Amino acid sequence: MVKLTINGQQHEVTADPDTPLLYVLRDELALNGAKFGCGLGQCGACTVMVDGKAVFSCVTPILLLEGRQVTTVEGLGTHDNPGPMQRAFIAEQAAQCGYCIAGMMMRAQALLQDNPAVSDADIRAALQPNLCRCGTHMRILRAVRRAARLMQTADAGSASKNQ
Amino acid sequence: MRKDYIIVSRRRVLAGTGALVVSFCSVPLLRAQEAQQSRDDAQQLPGSLKTAPFLDSWIRINADGRITVFTGKAELGQGLKTALLQIAADELDVPFAWTTLVTADTARTPNEGFTSGSHSMQDSGTAIRHAAAQVRELLKAQAVERLAVPPQSLRTENASVVAEDGRHLSYGELVSEELLHVRAVATSELKDRAALKLIGTAVERVDIPAKVTGGAAYVQDLRFPGMLHGRVVRPPSYGAQLRSVDTGAVERMPGVIKAIRDGNFLAVVSEREYQCVTAMRALAAAAHWEEKAQLPRQQELTSFLLRLPSQDIAILDQRGPAQAAHKTLAATYSRPYQAHGSIGPSCAVARFEDNALTVWTHTQGVYPDRAAIAQLLGTPPEEVRCIHVEGSGCYGHNGADDAAADAALIAREIPGRAIRVQWMREQEHAWEPYGPAMLTKVIASLDGSGKVLDWDYALWSNSHTERPGGAGALIAGQTIAQPFPKPAPRPIPQPEGGGDRNAIPIYKFASARVMHHFLSDMPVRVSALRSLGAYMNVFSIESFMDEHAQAAGSDPVEFRLKHLEDERARAVVTTAAERFGWSQRLATGHGRGFAFARYKNLAAYCAVAIESEVTPETGRARAVRAVAAVDAGQVINPDGLVNQIEGGIIQSISWTLYEQVTFDERRITTIDWSTYPILRFNAVPDSVEVHVLDRPGQPFLGAGEATQGPAAAALANAIANASGARLRDLPLTRERIKAAIAA
Repeated sequence: MVKLTINGQQHEVTADPDTPLLYVLRDELALNGAKFGCGLGQCGACTVMVDGKAVFSCVTPILLLEGRQVTTVEGLGTHDNPGPMQRAFIAEQAAQCGYCIAGMMMRAQALLQDNPAVSDADIRAALQPNLCRCGTHMRILRAVRRAARLMQTADAGSASKNQ
Repeated sequence: MRKDYIIVSRRRVLAGTGALVVSFCSVPLLRAQEAQQSRDDAQQLPGSLKTAPFLDSWIRINADGRITVFTGKAELGQGLKTALLQIAADELDVPFAWTTLVTADTARTPNEGFTSGSHSMQDSGTAIRHAAAQVRELLKAQAVERLAVPPQSLRTENASVVAEDGRHLSYGELVSEELLHVRAVATSELKDRAALKLIGTAVERVDIPAKVTGGAAYVQDLRFPGMLHGRVVRPPSYGAQLRSVDTGAVERMPGVIKAIRDGNFLAVVSEREYQCVTAMRALAAAAHWEEKAQLPRQQELTSFLLRLPSQDIAILDQRGPAQAAHKTLAATYSRPYQAHGSIGPSCAVARFEDNALTVWTHTQGVYPDRAAIAQLLGTPPEEVRCIHVEGSGCYGHNGADDAAADAALIAREIPGRAIRVQWMREQEHAWEPYGPAMLTKVIASLDGSGKVLDWDYALWSNSHTERPGGAGALIAGQTIAQPFPKPAPRPIPQPEGGGDRNAIPIYKFASARVMHHFLSDMPVRVSALRSLGAYMNVFSIESFMDEHAQAAGSDPVEFRLKHLEDERARAVVTTAAERFGWSQRLATGHGRGFAFARYKNLAAYCAVAIESEVTPETGRARAVRAVAAVDAGQVINPDGLVNQIEGGIIQSISWTLYEQVTFDERRITTIDWSTYPILRFNAVPDSVEVHVLDRPGQPFLGAGEATQGPAAAALANAIANASGARLRDLPLTRERIKAAIAA
């Protein structure tokens, strides 16, 4: 049994410890967000956050993840109550087929959680590991910029409340 | 057997839902004369009403007023669901939120063939719009009787018919079971342009919220109770024969249910997905294959294509009397095999139960896929149901149909259990049917006034559609012990064309000839890739137009306008040039390029201007910005259209700068994203602008593939303008650019 913390919830999973996280998320925990794209860490469709850093879940065995916080796109909000990153992607209509998008969002989330005051060049550099085949790149960039604004506003809002 | 018309053969009320389910089959019962009459009548009907003429094939209304819209087309990520619902809701006068859409399903929807060729709005959108208008008028006619008022005193709004005195009846109250089960008529009372509320507006896509929150959005996300996972082991190369395989050790691995071998078809089924991947790797290691060296030499691909036997078709011969040429230019262009490269490998779920098979698939054609799978299994098509569920974007014929067939073969071995089969990355890359390699040669002359006198164009290409078809088009059908013969490749005739799509120049030339050399020997597996031959033909024609403009000492945009008579074509060219700032000076090392085409010479018009920068020392080229103008007729969802055009430009930049399938004498060697690199964020333009020329009242024109050719040629022209190097062989790699600059 490996103990995992996914989106703040504890899970004891029965998969072998060398199983990549992606298969546990999808097959054992029925989470759709992370996608199988290549299994090689080349495309980013499987990207999730581990302790706030973007990682390829397709090449990360679960035995490395005990005691760490795993976040998937399901952890950013829900259909009825979407989080800032999700609201930004909806507002910019930043998807065509959408298969790469959850991975893009998780990599962008890791970037913005670290520092929401990023430049356009920072966003492009951060998203370099993730592929999109539909050519939705311009919208993805706009959505991440919008998410950065939303997150900065939210931070400012919570900061002012705390004063 | 006749398949020219369909009639409703059976209807029954689904228990509990109250909805009607209608299934279709061809029934050669009508007398010949009636059949002919009904065919003639059907030919008058708009869009896909021609093949599915009953209104309730497209629109049903429940007693509670909820609307279900049916389409035989599939959502491929192009926003089809939203656009079709906009059309239906607007023309019916119902709230958008009250409508739901059922997409391609052989048990529920009309047969609209393939979702391809940018036909969805023309075929299905047109059918749904007319069906909705006719349904609205039928409901109004019911209200005339019930309210005893003249028809002109009634209006429709919010899913109700409203009289002048304020009395109203909801659609749910007006509808009765048989009311909508009538044949469509040829003309409809379509709403006036001014009355449209949804058509022409940027309604948000209905599918995006689930896609960004981890909802079940794809066939990959289907989970059924007791579902098992299957993986195939593909041969290492085309035509490889499985000499021996010991499946025993694999079958003893944890979670493994079964290993399946049928000739060269090899698969394994497990309880859990990763167990299955592990078992698949072990099975692949246990298999011994005999391979043949049968692929052409990559370095000699163009001469290989020229040596293949060809069927020569003169698709245009309008040669005028010979005139004295001022200048004559000749050029040869080439394109390698290029991959669809879906980010998600193909996937399907199949369940065989009570002698009937259900397949959930991201195929572009549920009906043709059903026919192929039925043939593969040797069962009647009625015992197979194919249901479209979205997959990763396909951009044409990728591995979807093959994965569906794999799942079907495996499911038959394990009745009662749903089997989910997903390909691995290297399987998608090595086994998808690629966009064919092509070669074009063009010779043309200028007269003294700088106009093209004569134009002689020839292209060499394999088939651009090897879709099923039959079981012989499927990898499973080709690899089982009793294989099905591959169907003989056939060219797609003009005016749409296949390899020769857009090979006929849209420009007015005094004299022109176009030859299509159709090559039926296919050493590499090929089929439809977004825009088919249009990508290469527009790249060639529009590159050559620039070469001529330069020879004539003319501005490239002016040169095109000089040969262009169609006012809508001129409008997109002018708009793109103006919005780009065509006459502005650019920074040193930057260049501008322009290109234009009307997709298939009958669908959307699209002009693209690109600014590129080229670093001579490295040969690295980048598209800095792109500006497009598009005329797709009446626009349903402007943001959806812009999304398609933006995406097409970026995808085409990727094809054009980086992409080629490579192989040695036996094997495909581009098997992942490191061996087949595509555009990443560092090469994304600074900006992509799309200007839409809306044409309210004009027919919908397919636009999903319209930018592939123009973006490629605009980029090549921009690189030539920036560096002085004219590249005619795709892709325009940095090595080639660097070598051309040095030459």
